[in-house]
Amino acid sequence: MSSVAEPMYRHSALRGLLSDPMGLLGSTLVGAFLLMALFAPVLSPYDPLKIDVVHKFAPPSLAHWAGTDQLGRDTLSRIIHGSRTALSIALTAAGLAGTIGLLLGLASGFGPRWLDSILVLLFDSMSSLPMIMFALAVITVLGPGTATLILVIVLVSMPVYARLIRSQVLSLKNSDFILAERAMGASSLRIMLVHLLPNVVGPLVIVLSMDIPVIIMLEAGLSYLNLGVKPPTPSWGNILYDGYTSLRAAPTMVVAAGIPLILATLGFTFLGESLRDVLDPRLKLKVPR
Amino acid sequence: MLTYAIKRILLAVLILIVVMLAMYAMVFLVPGDPASLALGPRATPELKRELIARMGLDQPLFIQVYRFFANALSGDLGYDVWSKRPVAAQIAEVFPQTLLLGLAAMGWAVVLGVALGCSAVIYRGTFMDRMLGLLSVSLISIPSFVVAIYLLLIFAVWLNWLPAIGAGEAGDPWSQFKAVLMPAFAIGISWVGYLARMVRASMLEVMGANHIRTARAFGLPERRIVFKYALRIAIIPTISLLAVAFGSILSSAVFVETVFSRPGIGTLVTAAVQKRNYPVVMGTVLTMTAFYLMVVTLADLVIASLDPRVRDVLRG
Repeated sequence: MSSVAEPMYRHSALRGLLSDPMGLLGSTLVGAFLLMALFAPVLSPYDPLKIDVVHKFAPPSLAHWAGTDQLGRDTLSRIIHGSRTALSIALTAAGLAGTIGLLLGLASGFGPRWLDSILVLLFDSMSSLPMIMFALAVITVLGPGTATLILVIVLVSMPVYARLIRSQVLSLKNSDFILAERAMGASSLRIMLVHLLPNVVGPLVIVLSMDIPVIIMLEAGLSYLNLGVKPPTPSWGNILYDGYTSLRAAPTMVVAAGIPLILATLGFTFLGESLRDVLDPRLKLKVPR
Repeated sequence: MLTYAIKRILLAVLILIVVMLAMYAMVFLVPGDPASLALGPRATPELKRELIARMGLDQPLFIQVYRFFANALSGDLGYDVWSKRPVAAQIAEVFPQTLLLGLAAMGWAVVLGVALGCSAVIYRGTFMDRMLGLLSVSLISIPSFVVAIYLLLIFAVWLNWLPAIGAGEAGDPWSQFKAVLMPAFAIGISWVGYLARMVRASMLEVMGANHIRTARAFGLPERRIVFKYALRIAIIPTISLLAVAFGSILSSAVFVETVFSRPGIGTLVTAAVQKRNYPVVMGTVLTMTAFYLMVVTLADLVIASLDPRVRDVLRG
């Protein structure tokens, strides 16, 4: 890979992304949510945890744009802080799952045969469980909470990444440039990290970006069931739950908490889709699990 | 074909055994024993001892594992910690409800999804095609439980047209139909988008085939070519995908059933997880995994019998 060609490639990829209406819409939405998460304390009109029981279930007004919840907390401030929860969990979990999947995939594709067989059986067993059942089993054992949630996401998504990397490594393993490296006496570790890694990371990034909306949904869903992020930490899922339990008293809560969740998953899906179209159109459609 | 079938089934069995062992191992990995976890911190020692004996936790590990496998194979999944009812009976009681919900969701999703996919092919390359593509992607990414809550708010709370909770009266098909409408819509909606894309993609491949060109040379209208000649072939990969759909439907069902307090696997397992009711969680996870593996294996075998190229995959 020459150092001159790479920035040009990146540049054209970015241009491709922004010239596609879907990519533009996706990038805008994702950018907006990232800013919202970063500047949550500045943007929110109130402290998301401040209880004010006198003003509970207040309807939308100039003081509280999205009304207040059962404890008088400002719903808008909670939603803005919820973007922090959603994005930080999604990015942490995706980053961890991607890294572990990458390493195990490299080990499985490039390592000894017996290791490959064991790892493949492990990956296949893990991904043959219906996702939600696996998640619930882990939560039962470890108890709900943010750490468990991240672990669950890593466990359910990592095998897919590892298999992807493995198949990439297998197809590259016997290519001329790797054989040449080996003939020159490069160690396995060097071949894996210096030569294979840069070549297999592209598809992983695309798949990861397409998985982020799924992770955001899973976080919100499990928090809605009280099995994810623990209250009082604001998460779109537990705001939806609070709104659901007071659907008649304060319908604004579910409406207001559902919109950012829908927009965020839409934004990340659009971005991922158009990233795939620009970088690697041959990558197959994903089968939901 | 026979070798492939045997290999494929053996692989499924092997995976199931690994899953069962992993589930069993998980219980031992956590600090604290399952009995006190289930009973909570306020449990009396007598209560705990009784539960430990009932769950067989006082036996040697080897015997516990053996019993677990032997019981699971004979359909005995243990007893509910709270109600003391057999887990297998509870699952058998609610599983048909979830299956019905899944089938209803899939049913309308297939009809609309295939129609949208075909329309995209008829108008391929036009503005209409792009709009349908955008619509499909948007539908795919919409979280089903948010749709469920919105539906509940609009049609049950505000308009009062449909029942907010439950699965309808037993023996009253009309009330059951009304109760399944909203959950089935919420679960199916993302599949409409997904199927529309699948059908469009596989249809575009078929459209280049010789028999389509011949049909076109005969001057048949495009609509007729698409629906009558191309769909017939293009639908095959889509049908085989429906087997895999079970896992995803189950995920949506867990959330959507809870929103509508509808009896089913989802509400059963969620309540069990919240109360840390180990036997029920493990039993449900195991049954659903076994069912899922069975469906996926069957689908693989059907595809392999139709398309010999698939059989080579296991060798690689």
